[in-house]
Amino acid sequence: MATLTLTGVKKAFGATQVLHGVDLAVADGEMVVIVGASGCGKSTLLRIVAGLETPSEGQVRIDGRDVTPLEPADRDIAMVFQNYALYPHMTVFDNMAYGLKIRGLPKPEIRRRVEEGAALLGIQELLARKPRQLSGGQRQRVAMGRAIVREPKLFLFDEPLSNLDAKLRVQMRAEIRRLQKRLGVTSLFVTHDQVEAMTLGDRLVVMHQGHAVQVASPMEIWSRPANTYVAGFIGSPAMNFLPAVLVDGGGAARLAGGGAPIRFVDGPRAGGEGRAVTLGIRPEHLEVGGPDALPVVVDLVEPLGSESVLHGRLADDTALVARLPGAAALTEGMRLAIAPEALHVFDAATGARIDPAGG
Amino acid sequence: MIKRVIFKGQLLPLLLLAPQLAVTAVFFLWPAGQAIYQSLLQEDPFGLRREFVGTENFDAVLNDPLWLNALGNTAVFSVSVAALALGVALLLAVQADKAIRGANLYKTMLIWPYAVAPAVAAVLWLFLFHPSIGLIGRALNAAGVAWDYKLNGGQAMLLVIVASAWKQVSYNFIFFLAGLQSIPRSVLEAAAIDGARPFRRFWTVVFPLLSPTSFFLLVVNLVYAFFDTFGVIHALTGGGPGNATETLIYKVYVDGVQNLNLGASAAQSVILMVLVVGLTMVQFRFVERRVHY
Ligand SMILES: Nc1ncnc2c1ncn2[C@@H]1O[C@H](COP(=O)(O)OP(=O)(O)OP(=O)(O)O)[C@@H](O)[C@H]1O
Ligand SMILES: [Mg+2]
Repeated sequence: MATLTLTGVKKAFGATQVLHGVDLAVADGEMVVIVGASGCGKSTLLRIVAGLETPSEGQVRIDGRDVTPLEPADRDIAMVFQNYALYPHMTVFDNMAYGLKIRGLPKPEIRRRVEEGAALLGIQELLARKPRQLSGGQRQRVAMGRAIVREPKLFLFDEPLSNLDAKLRVQMRAEIRRLQKRLGVTSLFVTHDQVEAMTLGDRLVVMHQGHAVQVASPMEIWSRPANTYVAGFIGSPAMNFLPAVLVDGGGAARLAGGGAPIRFVDGPRAGGEGRAVTLGIRPEHLEVGGPDALPVVVDLVEPLGSESVLHGRLADDTALVARLPGAAALTEGMRLAIAPEALHVFDAATGARIDPAGG
Repeated sequence: MIKRVIFKGQLLPLLLLAPQLAVTAVFFLWPAGQAIYQSLLQEDPFGLRREFVGTENFDAVLNDPLWLNALGNTAVFSVSVAALALGVALLLAVQADKAIRGANLYKTMLIWPYAVAPAVAAVLWLFLFHPSIGLIGRALNAAGVAWDYKLNGGQAMLLVIVASAWKQVSYNFIFFLAGLQSIPRSVLEAAAIDGARPFRRFWTVVFPLLSPTSFFLLVVNLVYAFFDTFGVIHALTGGGPGNATETLIYKVYVDGVQNLNLGASAAQSVILMVLVVGLTMVQFRFVERRVHY
């Protein structure tokens, strides 16, 4: 158990700058999930923490100690890989015992720890098998077991669930969370799946092109995304973005496609009259009908049972997705209203969130 | 994943195999049969008289102190060649695997010795180690080392071992490199995180994962040392000084071609044949059983 601190971590592979200075402080026992699109540098960041890559600049501290120049072996961490990376020539027992043998633990202690770990993960029956005789889910458990028995300061997970089928993924997700809470080991978890990120993390790090764009709790990120990238990345279906300009001294916005101004219920935005903004509204915050509803041409309805997802267009051809309860019919002259209390306002040029002035 | 092509009828497959079957029959089955037949006969050098003698030739060979000497030489020679060729190749492959970017050039350079004919390779080593005209041989003597492989049996053995191993390193290297590259990087990284230093990582993870490759190469190298080193020995030492570098295959040649003792020579080659068949069988059984994943 330990804290982890990253300060100004940068990484370049040759001419390509992959990380542009990442700062992060992970508290003792906390589970932080790093989430972002493919290629944004998540694995690279995790590998720098593991010591498998050296940062071009910046420091990694575990428990306050600068480990940046240390080998992976000297960092007292454990890592679960996407492809599990089990030793193919060793039995499950030997896979789990390998790290303990290297530390020169006495044999009975090794046996005790491995058996305890195996019991925790329900893999006692598999201890004598080789990795090739295991299913994907079982390999996943062994990889977890190998990490657990080490009792490291830090768990690192690099997309450990992405090779599992949907059902098993949900099950293992819950199991990892339960284990992590129970053992209280500080953890970094990398994923590109936002549902995984939301459900697993005490806090999330949303990464975009080598920057940590927002570091906050899942709810905070969902309800107050720092910019249009985060807003669009977290939440499914993704948030709708509508170009607009501020009117009424910043107290309301008028959509580029026309219609009545939408009044901000949480107060006026700075910049005043005419500032170009992007309004964000999640599909679940649109409802049918109402006095200021916008006419929408619906071109696709996806029924999901308890709800339906509508894909349509506004008068000025801006795409709009709505999530409505129950079954929705593909009707002519559908009108959707924006719930003003759920409105997000972003700067049109930079995409940064604009909060109410003074509040 | 495996695509199978199924031919209907028997004519086409037979036709496609025919050239290979013909080559096998003419260059392997027929001479092998001849050797077995010969090994049971006693024949005078001019082929005028022959007499069926049963296993007498084999008895004579197995009790011949010179043959036993050749057997000992072969054991020392083969084990040394295999060990040296495998060891050096593994070392080079591990280095190449580390700096894989330069590996292509490296690989091309290392494959050359394999393409060199045995006699040419021998001449090359001769120019290096000949006591009076060889570059290194002269230097050794100038430095006070009494180097003359034409007189010293131990030195002669050393020279044929090194020259033979050198030719085989490239072949082993290619296989080792392929084996090393097929080990997933993440497995090595997992070992590093588990606390294993490079040396330990090599012996507990890399080497065990290479063991099917190593075993295959061991058998190939032994077979090479047994049979394909005739040219090197012939050109470098001619089996001498004395009989110090006379291996089994070389003795087959000496007895059959030089001494025209056809029966004994044939009996020796039959023994060699049994040896190689045995080695190959061990190989097939072992390789089938010892695949890790
Ligand atoms: N060893 C390397 N040499 C050069 N470029 C690299 C290297 N490793 C990663 N990169 C580059 O760095 C960028 C980030 O890679 P990284 O593996 O961290 O992405 P990721 O966020 O984990 O993506 P994914 O979700 O697909 O795993 C990519 O553009 C990749 O091409
Ligand atoms: Mg990755």
